[in-house]
Amino acid sequence: MSDLVADKVNMVFNTKGGGTVHALKDVSFTLKEGELLSVLGPSGCGKTTLLNIIAGFNRPTGGAFYLGDEEISGPGMNRGMVFQQGALFEWLTVAENVNFGLRMKGSNKKETAKKVEEWLEIVGLQGFGNTPTYQLSGGMQQRVALARCLINDPDLILMDEPLGALDALTREKMQTLVLKIWKETGKTIMIITHSVEEALLLGERLFVMAPRPGRLHKEYRLPFAEEGLTTDPREIKNSQQFIETREEILSMIWDMEEEIMGGTSNAA
Amino acid sequence: MTTVGVLFIVLICLLVGSIIYGRRLLKTEVTDAVFGNPTRALGGWHWIVAGISSILIIWLYFSWDAGRAFFPKAANELCQVAKLNRTANPIRSAFPLDDRLLRSTALLERDYGQIDLLDSKLANANFGDTDRAELKAIISEMRGTLSAQADPKLIAPDAAGRLDDIATRINELAKNLEDDNYPSEADPDREKALQQPGWGETNVEIPTLPITDLGYKFSKASEVMDGISKDFGKIRNNSEAITAKLEALQARYKGFKIDESEGEEITAQRKELVKQIEKIYRRIDDGKIFPSAMTEPVEAALINLEDVKNSAQGSLRWIDAIALPGGDILAGNRACSEQGSGRWLPKPSDTLNTLTRMAEPTEGFMNIPLLWYAMKPAGEVFEILIPDWIADLVPGEYPRHDNEGKVLTNFKTKVYNFATGNYKSMLIPVPIGHIWDSLMRVLAGLFFGILLGVPLGLYMGLSRFAKGFFDPLIELYRPIPPLAWAPLIVTIFGIQDDGKIFLLFMVAFAIMVISARTGATGTQLSKIHAAHSLGASKFQIVRKVILPNSLPEILTGIRIAIGVCWGTLVAAEMLAGTTGIGFVENVARKQSDYEVIWMTILLLGILGLMFDLMMRFIIHRTIPWRGKG
Repeated sequence: MSDLVADKVNMVFNTKGGGTVHALKDVSFTLKEGELLSVLGPSGCGKTTLLNIIAGFNRPTGGAFYLGDEEISGPGMNRGMVFQQGALFEWLTVAENVNFGLRMKGSNKKETAKKVEEWLEIVGLQGFGNTPTYQLSGGMQQRVALARCLINDPDLILMDEPLGALDALTREKMQTLVLKIWKETGKTIMIITHSVEEALLLGERLFVMAPRPGRLHKEYRLPFAEEGLTTDPREIKNSQQFIETREEILSMIWDMEEEIMGGTSNAA
Repeated sequence: MTTVGVLFIVLICLLVGSIIYGRRLLKTEVTDAVFGNPTRALGGWHWIVAGISSILIIWLYFSWDAGRAFFPKAANELCQVAKLNRTANPIRSAFPLDDRLLRSTALLERDYGQIDLLDSKLANANFGDTDRAELKAIISEMRGTLSAQADPKLIAPDAAGRLDDIATRINELAKNLEDDNYPSEADPDREKALQQPGWGETNVEIPTLPITDLGYKFSKASEVMDGISKDFGKIRNNSEAITAKLEALQARYKGFKIDESEGEEITAQRKELVKQIEKIYRRIDDGKIFPSAMTEPVEAALINLEDVKNSAQGSLRWIDAIALPGGDILAGNRACSEQGSGRWLPKPSDTLNTLTRMAEPTEGFMNIPLLWYAMKPAGEVFEILIPDWIADLVPGEYPRHDNEGKVLTNFKTKVYNFATGNYKSMLIPVPIGHIWDSLMRVLAGLFFGILLGVPLGLYMGLSRFAKGFFDPLIELYRPIPPLAWAPLIVTIFGIQDDGKIFLLFMVAFAIMVISARTGATGTQLSKIHAAHSLGASKFQIVRKVILPNSLPEILTGIRIAIGVCWGTLVAAEMLAGTTGIGFVENVARKQSDYEVIWMTILLLGILGLMFDLMMRFIIHRTIPWRGKG
């Protein structure tokens, strides 16, 4: 069992002026293996900080994350990461990007080549192995990033606004791809997003975070991700439940934003 | 017509043709060419042709190569004209023809000025009243003597006649110049003259003896003019009246006794003033001042001669003005020489000849070829790769000679001989020469600069310690012009290659450190994060992510470093050493050999261009993603 457990995680940054910013306060949750979680919140609520801590790029000032039995203390191959801009190595070809992790480990070349073929087919890039990545479109680059992360067979996949920079059409296709991968591989996936609709569609569970200090505000359990595997996402988006939930979350975030803006205007 | 002449005409046709073609093309481009659209600057072959032919036309024209091709005899004829100018010059310079003032006027002005200065000094000087009055009288008598020399009534009786004689002789010479049959006899030295080397074929540049009838006319005239000038120089305005005045003046200032009773300092001041009177006297007693009316006939004769000389030259004047621009041909005591652009801008054909001559491996420059090969034993060539001290590490002792003086070799000796290249090996061709030496120095300096600079730069881009620790050192020495180190480096390393290579290394090192650091710090954090979560180790991240990511900056750094090294190298080779392109240029500079100087400049330009094209090609091939990430 490799569940992700957050135990009273706190993150306090020191600012240059000598003050402190409480980026995360007492964040505790458990993400079971195979669950699909999306995290939503206004900007500055600590979403990315949360993800960076889980990935091991930052260390929390209090509390800890556990993946399975191990405490997370640094970056590792059991957590795959997909970034907003792909963060591909543009001096390498598609195949070299995808097999980067395996090459670093020194895996068998033949097996690696076979795996790369498989994964390129899953993400819909068969035949692009020798293409330089700087020649790919944004959507294709994100597919490479997905394959590059998945080929290492991580326990947990972390996605930091992975579809944020894509156009609407590509985005819809990629959402379906993410659902397909979730279904087929049964991986635990955590997605951070700005878009409420995306969060609803790609979240079996949904956390809404609140800023100042960054904390978990509300949790939802949603049926849409499961439905999305079989139904057209456009139909889901038009369903009564989807619209109601969307409006509820939107007004919730709207209130938070208002609070921040009001606070600043009062202070000024 | 010579090759250069044909080339010149072809180049002009090419220039005109490409401009007409380009103009016509511009008309058809009107529909799509918006001002500011970068595609408008894509140029085209016709503009390249126009540019190159313009440069070559200007070069051929101002170096007088084109003029020489079309008028090969012009320089010799102009040399004869220049001889006439040179011989006429002593007389001309006495008249306001090339200067502003008549010489007599200028002398009077100068002498009066000095007398006035003396007068004002006397007013402030420490003299007794009687002495002062006497000195004042002497000074005023000096003025009188000067004005007497300008007086037509007091002129020396023979001087007037001699001046008229000079005028008559000049007029006669002018009449002869106008005469087509002058000189009446044929040139006795023509046979010899025709055998002189041609224009530009030797260091003398221009053949001196006249090779045409026109030239002979001027040559003859210059001989006559030489005699006239010498006679003019002997004329003195020293009539009895003036001589008497001068003698009286001399007796008077020599009779003046300095009062030495008031201490040494004042006596010294008085002596100084009296000495100045004597100085001025010496200037006014040489009889070089004439009444201005007396010299008018000579001046008129000279003006006439100038007119006649110009018309007698005929088309030669136009050739001088149009085909040989930017300077003249001047005659010296022995030879004629080109002045102006004809002198310092070497003729392309001569430069090409020099280059061909020097490219010949047996000739070269100072007996070293520009770029050639020599057969050397392979052992000597690779010896540099094996350090000599490995022989010391072999167990045992080096052999000593025995009582019969024999030296036995052992294994240690063999290793030593191998390390020093002292063994029989087959001959292999090795490049040698000035260009090769320069090239190797640049590449060696660059190699060590990259080898040490890139790792340090990357380290500085990744570590707070390294950045802080090394930054002041590098930033302090980087702005120092490399040549400022030269005296130190010559002292430390001597004048051999190591010093030059070290100098180049320092230049390349700083550039490589800074570019590698810029590259390393410019790596996106998300790429590093990605590499971490893909399981890469620290070393793998540097090797597989940061290094390739810095490659654009590193390659740009190498491109800049090559250029700077190349510039530094030439300057360094000028300081010391016996080979290299800079050495060639330095020697040529000392010999004022403009052809070799220009040749080295062209060579450096071409080599620099080749390096840059090579780097551009490498950059294009190795980092095609640049600007597309």
